[in-house]
Amino acid sequence: MKKFINDVENVENEMLEGIVLAHPEYVNRIPGFDVLVRAEKKVGKVALVSGGGSGHEPAHGGFVGKGMLDGAVAGAIFTSPTPDQVFEAIKAVDAGKGVLLVVKNYTGDIMNFEMAAELAEAEGIKVANVVTNDDVAVEDSLYTTGRRGVAGTIFVHKIAGAKAETGASLEEVQAIAEKVIANVRTMGVALKPCTVPAAGKPGFELSDEEMELGIGIHGEPGIERKPMQKADEIVDYLMARILKDMNPQSGDEVAVMVNGAGATPPMELYILNRRVSQILAEKGVKVFKTFVGDFMTSIDMAGASITLLKLDNELKTLLLAEADTIALKM
Amino acid sequence: MATKAEVLNFVRIYVDKMAEHRQELTDLDQAIGDGDHGINMNRGFKAVDEKLLTFADKTIEEILNAVGMTLVSTVGGASGPLYGTAFLRAGASAKGKEALSDQDVILAFDEGVGGIQYRGKAVKGEKTILDSMLPAIDAMKKSIGEGKSMTVALEEAEKAAWAGVEYTKTIIATKGRASYLGERSIGHQDPGATSMAYLFQAAKEAAQKAGK
Repeated sequence: MKKFINDVENVENEMLEGIVLAHPEYVNRIPGFDVLVRAEKKVGKVALVSGGGSGHEPAHGGFVGKGMLDGAVAGAIFTSPTPDQVFEAIKAVDAGKGVLLVVKNYTGDIMNFEMAAELAEAEGIKVANVVTNDDVAVEDSLYTTGRRGVAGTIFVHKIAGAKAETGASLEEVQAIAEKVIANVRTMGVALKPCTVPAAGKPGFELSDEEMELGIGIHGEPGIERKPMQKADEIVDYLMARILKDMNPQSGDEVAVMVNGAGATPPMELYILNRRVSQILAEKGVKVFKTFVGDFMTSIDMAGASITLLKLDNELKTLLLAEADTIALKM
Repeated sequence: MATKAEVLNFVRIYVDKMAEHRQELTDLDQAIGDGDHGINMNRGFKAVDEKLLTFADKTIEEILNAVGMTLVSTVGGASGPLYGTAFLRAGASAKGKEALSDQDVILAFDEGVGGIQYRGKAVKGEKTILDSMLPAIDAMKKSIGEGKSMTVALEEAEKAAWAGVEYTKTIIATKGRASYLGERSIGHQDPGATSMAYLFQAAKEAAQKAGK
């Protein structure tokens, strides 16, 4: 393992220190906690808290700021933050209008955020939560934990954050978040596995000639492993599954996110995006807005995910609303 | 019967087991989960270990609660809330008791497993902690019911727990991250069921040491 780290035990902590030193105008760290909150607390609105394991940077601390999140809780790498940390974030950002928790659909995240919500409610703070589950690689059935929350979560931060900024109620912000969740779909692919520093070795093995289609953001296995193909063929595979699930009609409008997994050059992401646009054009689906870059990474995984969000007028307006965060400015 | 010293000793033994089996549990988790079960459990119980010295003048209830709270706030993932809730519920069941009778020990385990079921919303047969814990508790109850000693009861419990671990190799995971694997999860043993089997092993060793 070759990484810019000092001590595997201090990776999360030193990263958070570095973020605050780099961006004091955007975020503060709650002393003694792994929680980033807006440098200036915004009052008179519903507050949004998200978080999860570390290793997905810029998610989620990079999306704290105007028009998106009020607080982000960072757990150990690929491990949900604990209830006391989430509770601290809720207390810090609550401005009396309630707090919406944006949780990705993983057993640990759900349990820890649920315990935090119980603690907050016991203190009289109004809390609601939404669970993102945009990964079409996982079959959603009674026999699974359900779909994983992946890069589409960023669209929930963006749009629910914009809605909260308008002074909407907790119920309204929750409703718009649910609407995004209902309309966002993602699928990813890995070319090279990622290494959790504390584990010291790759989380799975993938030969130089292979790729894992449908990979999760923690390196969870996907749908199948295939010999490496050309970029366009890979996009065709991912898009076929996303489009089958979403079933957009000619004339529909979508937002596109081509997300890098951490070790994928922008060059390759743009090559992927080129094909995404071609496919959508062939189907008569209009691209309203495209995001290309690293938004929800998996440490040092080489790979990418494609996210489509089907839009209506309300979502379009909120998607374009002002956002000023470390990782997304609109 | 379990005294406070024995409860403390049980916790201490389990702390050592989580350090000793850190890599094994992590490797098991790498095969079907996200590869951090041993790392997380060891982090949590190391934090418990650091607090053990402050437990000397505490009651059994307070000790189990402190273990639970420490796990909840240091383990993270799914194991933190699950093991944490189990210890918190077991602690609540020991309220006001200076020592635990055999029935109290059973009650503590019953409450603990109830906490895990509440928090994890799982049932037996889903390739989880429950698959070693539920049969272990049943075996313990049976032995105690037959008038056997706590050591024998916990030997039986540990045996049943490991049988449960073996059973997890034969079933598909439907809860947690392993469920993404579907049928590919067959053949792998569940890391959570394994760490729970070590908990019964620790309890057995504590009882053996106390000559109970």
